[in-house]
Amino acid sequence: MSDPLKIEDSKRKNSIFSPVVQKNWYLFRQSKMGLIGFFIIVFFAVLAIMQPLFFISGYWSNNIYDPVVGYDSIEVELVIVKCPRNSDFPTEKYDKPEDCPGDGEISDRMVMPFAPNAKPGDYYETFLQPAPPSIKHWLGTDSLGRDVFSQIMKGSQVAFMLGLLSATLSVSIATLLGTIAAFWGGRVDTYLMRQADLILMVPQLPLLLIMAALYRFQVWHLALVLGILGGFGGLVISVKSQALQVKVKPFVDSARVTGGTKFKIMTSHILPNVAPIALLYMVFAVTGAIFAESTLSYLGLLNIDMSWGMMIHLAQTDGYIFSGLRYWWIVLPAGLSVTFLSGGFYLVGRGLDDVFNPRLRKR
Amino acid sequence: MSDNLLEVKNLYMNYETLEGKVAAVQDVSFSISKGQSFGLVGESGCGKTSVAMSLLKLQADNGFIDSGSIFIDGTDIVPLEEKELRSIRWNKISIVFQGAMNAWNPVIKVGEQIREALREHYPENTKHINYNKMVSLFNMVGLDDSVLNRYPHELSGGMKQRAIIALALSCDPKLIIADEPTTALDVVIQDQILNELKKIQENLGLGVLYISHDISVIAEMTDNMAVMYAGRIIEKGPTKDLFANPKHSYTKLLLESTPSVVGEKKKLYSLDGKPPSLMDEIQGCSFSPRCPNPTNDCKNGLIEMGLIETENGHWVDKCCVNCG
Amino acid sequence: MDKINVVEVNNLVKHFDIKSGFFSSTTKVVKAVDNISFHIGKGESLGLVGQSGCGKTTTARLMTLLEEKTSGDITYYDKKTKVLTSLDALEKEDIQNFRSQVQMIFQDPYESLNPRWSIMSIITEPLNIHNLGSADDRIEAAINILTTVGLTPANNYLDRFPHELSGGQRQRVSIARALIMKPAFVICDEPTSMLDVSIRISIMDLMLDLGRDLGVSYLYITHDLAVARYMCDRIAVMFNGKILEISETEELLNNPIHPYTKRLLSSIPVPDPTYKRVKYHLDFKEINEIIKSSEGTDMIEVNKGHFISTKDFSNELI
Repeated sequence: MSDPLKIEDSKRKNSIFSPVVQKNWYLFRQSKMGLIGFFIIVFFAVLAIMQPLFFISGYWSNNIYDPVVGYDSIEVELVIVKCPRNSDFPTEKYDKPEDCPGDGEISDRMVMPFAPNAKPGDYYETFLQPAPPSIKHWLGTDSLGRDVFSQIMKGSQVAFMLGLLSATLSVSIATLLGTIAAFWGGRVDTYLMRQADLILMVPQLPLLLIMAALYRFQVWHLALVLGILGGFGGLVISVKSQALQVKVKPFVDSARVTGGTKFKIMTSHILPNVAPIALLYMVFAVTGAIFAESTLSYLGLLNIDMSWGMMIHLAQTDGYIFSGLRYWWIVLPAGLSVTFLSGGFYLVGRGLDDVFNPRLRKR
Repeated sequence: MSDNLLEVKNLYMNYETLEGKVAAVQDVSFSISKGQSFGLVGESGCGKTSVAMSLLKLQADNGFIDSGSIFIDGTDIVPLEEKELRSIRWNKISIVFQGAMNAWNPVIKVGEQIREALREHYPENTKHINYNKMVSLFNMVGLDDSVLNRYPHELSGGMKQRAIIALALSCDPKLIIADEPTTALDVVIQDQILNELKKIQENLGLGVLYISHDISVIAEMTDNMAVMYAGRIIEKGPTKDLFANPKHSYTKLLLESTPSVVGEKKKLYSLDGKPPSLMDEIQGCSFSPRCPNPTNDCKNGLIEMGLIETENGHWVDKCCVNCG
Repeated sequence: MDKINVVEVNNLVKHFDIKSGFFSSTTKVVKAVDNISFHIGKGESLGLVGQSGCGKTTTARLMTLLEEKTSGDITYYDKKTKVLTSLDALEKEDIQNFRSQVQMIFQDPYESLNPRWSIMSIITEPLNIHNLGSADDRIEAAINILTTVGLTPANNYLDRFPHELSGGQRQRVSIARALIMKPAFVICDEPTSMLDVSIRISIMDLMLDLGRDLGVSYLYITHDLAVARYMCDRIAVMFNGKILEISETEELLNNPIHPYTKRLLSSIPVPDPTYKRVKYHLDFKEINEIIKSSEGTDMIEVNKGHFISTKDFSNELI
């Protein structure tokens, strides 16, 4: 009898990964979305890792580049101009009121308290805060002179830690509860489902707002709350439905006939088969966590030094959000980072869907 | 030649998959004439369903006909475009799919779904004409008129299958393909439906292509048959001849591995292993690894393949002309 | 040696309550298994034949305690106490013992093995559960049984996963796992219906040989009478939860009495194009005579070992 397993052998020898992982990776590669998402995540992960490396290697000095307490003073000379009255616009130099003072210029009214004798045409030396992107600061500095790029990297660290921590927590809890609900059924099941319904009903953001108002939230607290809330909520229902599908498979019956205890069957048969789907949900849970953090920080409710949400918060309180694209480096990087990283995780989730849901696969 | 409803000549078809090219159909040739029934027998993965789908050019998106010709009522459909095919599909040749019972749209009444087919092919028909036609179709398959107004979930498995047959007959085709038409049905219902099919075929002078893995069904329902293995036809000819005098080792094995409720209780034989992967290039006979009596040439892969005619109309792969 | 019964089923009943409505009140009762009785002797195989929905799979699930019976008695011969013991009489610990004596082989080779477990883990799970032997003993037992079921060289298969095996090989693994504990009784639920026709016989032969060597009794469930003929010493024909006819195989095929059996037999296609099947039209005359002469018992013996149900089915069979 010819050995149908010979082909598998050659693939096996060449890799440290099991054939199952190899096959899944191959399938994942087919999904363009999944790959794009994967690379986005890798990009941000690299950012997160690079930051301490930059500091340790001395490439960046703490004084200047620390995202929270760094300060860089960039001297600049500005020309003092007298801006026309609003009714005089447009003039030959300026089209709209916002154009005055333009780049490299400063209005005489601003200078007056410091240099009462200054006249239009004089030069005024000052520190540029925020400074536009330059070789020294790839994304410029914010209004406090801190390097924006460094802040993005720090935010990346926060996002990953928060995201992964809360996602792992919620998925672990949900998987356990969902499997118990599916396998035990009866009252246990009913209770867990009603509990999940209850948590589903509660709107997440208002709840977080209230909790933040009552306690001083730090990132860890947020991760914990999100994790537990998520773990007892709707995720339990999804996991339970998955576990139910596994429960009726013949190999579970087979284990029951052989005499396996409920607990043993649950842990050795059902949980491993539910785990892949749980992994999928985890990816989506991360995006939720990142958004929750950004929102809370933006509203100023999170006790955190630096994160993407905090960057946007500062941008807002300093009034830069409505400055149009003039100070884009203060507003855009943080916002785009949140979008892209969340999007990256989502795309990876879609890619994983292809792997775990064979029916969706292209031939 | 002109009297043939269907003539397949040297058909090659493959699927492009992520893992490579799968040669699903290799050098398949056979023909069916008016009023004849033909059986295509083989096990899972032998290519019989791929052949069926190719006949209607309904193969999957990643399936391509490499070469060969398929003459339906004299016209080669292989080079035809989708537009031209539409006038041939269902009008000249139709199909009862495998698991067709589950092919009904659950939210549309059965009669409406058949009317859709009629409207597509006979746009000039009035509602009245279509209705009468549907009633007569249903009577032909043994269903009551009232079934036209029911939803698919209200019908039993047997009724759904009969309705599928009615649907296949709706546009007066000359040839019907029945792909495992009675799998998943109870034996008694299966018998009834097969009898209906036989009567319909005789009354309308249809050609029928039966595809099945069950040689008993093929034995009872077909005039001629072909046995497929790993994408190729390895033996074909009149059904009675093949059963009385099987030449290929695989054919013999199929016959010897089927238990029967009549006759003496015999010792039965069977194989181990599974058919070869259709992705690899196979040298020589694809059956030789599992053949119970391979010759040295068979094992070396030096044997020449291709069907030759032994007796009148009875063809077998060259290698097995004198299989021991 | 006396013909001892390994299994005795008496008046087994299973009702399913169909609950519907807002308050989940019971609207209908489905009599999946409606008062059946049979026995299986040592080393004997009984075929349970019927069409879909007749209750044969439910019967199998009742006998392995996968479902709870509504009423009736299931009795097994206990190797240890050497006495026929009813399942009702067993304490919790004894149920574990019973589970080592009764095994089941399922229909779907693709779903009856956990895709994440290695073949080694799958086959030795029964030994694990019942805490038999050391780790080395278990590996040895696994190798032995793999060799016995024809998966050689056994060492090659221990670390494989189910998706690497063909359908036939997976069923062999299922058989190996069922027989590793040397049970007295194995229930087979259509184990070959999802396999290629050309390999079915080899699987069935394997089960027959092992049955003979190990003295295992089988309850073989199938819808295919031809397969039942090949595998079974006796056959019971089931319909709507009831056993209509039960007798030795050849006797049943040559001399069917119940109209349902006759109709079933006459509907099966025959692999011989020259054979003319005789169409059978339902005729209840003969059986009504027999029912009349019975004294109100459920089953009446018309021939040695050949029993017929005395219930009137003329309404249910169209």
